[in-house]
Amino acid sequence: MSDFAQHLINGVAAGTIYALVALGYTMVYGVLKLINFAHGDVMMVGTFLGYGVAQKLGYEHQSSLWGVLAIFLAAMAACAVMGFLMERFAYRPLRDKPRLTALITAIGISFTLSYGFQLDFGPLPGAAPRAFPEIIAPREWLIIGDRAVVIWNWQVISLAIAIGLMLILQALVYRTRFGRAMRAVSFDHRTAALMGIPVDRIIALTFMLGSALAAGAGILYAIKDTAIQPLMGLYVGLKAFVAAVIGGIGNVPGAVVGGLLLGLVEEFVVGYSSSSWRDAVAFGFLIVVLLVRPGGLFGRVAAEKV
Amino acid sequence: MPAWLRGLVPVLIAIAVLAVLQLLLGHLPFFVYLASIVGVNVILAVSLNIVNGMTGQFSIGHAGFMAVGAYTAGKLSFLLKDVAIAGLPAVVSDQVQFLGTLLAGGAAAAICGFIVGLPSLRLRGDYLAIVTLGFGEIIRVIVQNMEVFGRALGLSGIPQTSSLFAVWFCVFLVVLVARRIVGSTHGRSLWAIREDEVAAEAMGVNTTGYKVRAFVISSFFAGVAGGLFAHFVPIINPGSFTFVKSIEVVVMVVLGGLGSTTGAIVAAVILTLLPEALRTLFLQLGGLGAGVSLAQKVDQIRMPVYGILLVVLMLVRPQGLFGTREVWDLLPRWIPRARKGLT
Repeated sequence: MSDFAQHLINGVAAGTIYALVALGYTMVYGVLKLINFAHGDVMMVGTFLGYGVAQKLGYEHQSSLWGVLAIFLAAMAACAVMGFLMERFAYRPLRDKPRLTALITAIGISFTLSYGFQLDFGPLPGAAPRAFPEIIAPREWLIIGDRAVVIWNWQVISLAIAIGLMLILQALVYRTRFGRAMRAVSFDHRTAALMGIPVDRIIALTFMLGSALAAGAGILYAIKDTAIQPLMGLYVGLKAFVAAVIGGIGNVPGAVVGGLLLGLVEEFVVGYSSSSWRDAVAFGFLIVVLLVRPGGLFGRVAAEKV
Repeated sequence: MPAWLRGLVPVLIAIAVLAVLQLLLGHLPFFVYLASIVGVNVILAVSLNIVNGMTGQFSIGHAGFMAVGAYTAGKLSFLLKDVAIAGLPAVVSDQVQFLGTLLAGGAAAAICGFIVGLPSLRLRGDYLAIVTLGFGEIIRVIVQNMEVFGRALGLSGIPQTSSLFAVWFCVFLVVLVARRIVGSTHGRSLWAIREDEVAAEAMGVNTTGYKVRAFVISSFFAGVAGGLFAHFVPIINPGSFTFVKSIEVVVMVVLGGLGSTTGAIVAAVILTLLPEALRTLFLQLGGLGAGVSLAQKVDQIRMPVYGILLVVLMLVRPQGLFGTREVWDLLPRWIPRARKGLT
């Protein structure tokens, strides 16, 4: 029983990270109908930037609240700029081309980033994994029984951040002018342009928001997993995409629910069989969802217009 | 000349040419190895082009089918290592078994292709891409968890019965099949699906049927490529068939031009030989110390270069080197050319 409870908690913790990355995926997909394959790699870049800032600040085990904030903000700002550049120079020229063109570009960017960061000349980090400093000192937040179930403080913090961000994003999409513009662009970007909505600016802003979210998620991921390396973005990104699809892509609460669900399923399969099945689980889950309910749990299936 | 004989002429010519090449060059181990790697990549690229280029479905899980073929053929050969077919000399018996295992590998991959294709080809565009990627990864994870396939260590000790002739005859076959498909009713249906699936369906094309068939043919040849691969490398392990390998093949097809068979061949040859050539060059040039590290750099830098290549191609020339044309469409007009297929 305590095993089960511990798996439950670990699953939620893993799912929180997927959920955060999935939020960015789902927002970009929502406005552009583009699977931004490189999203996971933006997360990786953000993590490395955070690592760099932490090194500059001389953090190893200790940190201050301001320092942690600085790490988060620096990484998120830099990734927002990166997201803007990506959109401006790689995706915008292809917006009216067939969708596969943009998908191939996204795969290209993903490869360039993840394998580019494996090179070890200039400022590039090289392939070796490195330990992320413990910027949030790990403490047991809650211990049940004879240490049978342990909840760590960072698990609680991550979950709180994920749910908080979900609420903020939900409000942003449904309660603000920017959100209304986003929804209009998502519905039909040509008509939206005719209605006076600055489509390019909305899409660029969405990209920046999504990339900043990815950077934040990356640092939370690094706090959980501590080892960071350039290829970490590929799989986390893919799984976050799976989470977004499970929840219904384009749907903000769906991304969080999908992420948590995926984290739980993975954790239970790994916990009760073997960790080598972990990667197969996510994709198996994705395939089942797409075949049974292509719109995801909360999404709607749009009929194809001719 | 009777019609059935005319169809066989290219096959006979290919056999003769390849037999001569085998006699002339078959004893140079490095050349044969390089030519085999190139050949396997050409088979993969040309077969993927049937799905990604001609049918317009975007599959990025080709390495999975290659893995199925490689493991099936490799394991069978390994089990049959000490078995000889009665009444045949050892060499002939080995080659017959090799052929059998290749076919078995191809068939196993084709069955997987059918299982994957039937449900997932109902999906479109990017969803299909992700699902094929997912299937490729699932296949790899399953292989990695099976004791018979040596788990993460892989299979070694597979008899090295492959030859220059065998690899390039398979290359010839896949090209022949691809070209024959383009010229046939099949090819026109595939092309119609590529251009506009809804319209094709409205014109009475059985879109799901044709897509699944294209998928099965493509995965059959991926399986054969895997089978060949297993018979000339010392060891096969799940690491050879990751998502990265799939993307490598996709880059070849996209660079050559989605829909161009000769484009896929040219791109596969360039992208396989270029890193090898650079590596050899650096080793020759830079003495031992610097040369070795530069040669390692070539390996490291290959993947980011592929990535940049994809992005630049999409921005500057999304149709790839040849678009949907073939090499001979680019020859000057006065050279007589083959009967025109689709353009």
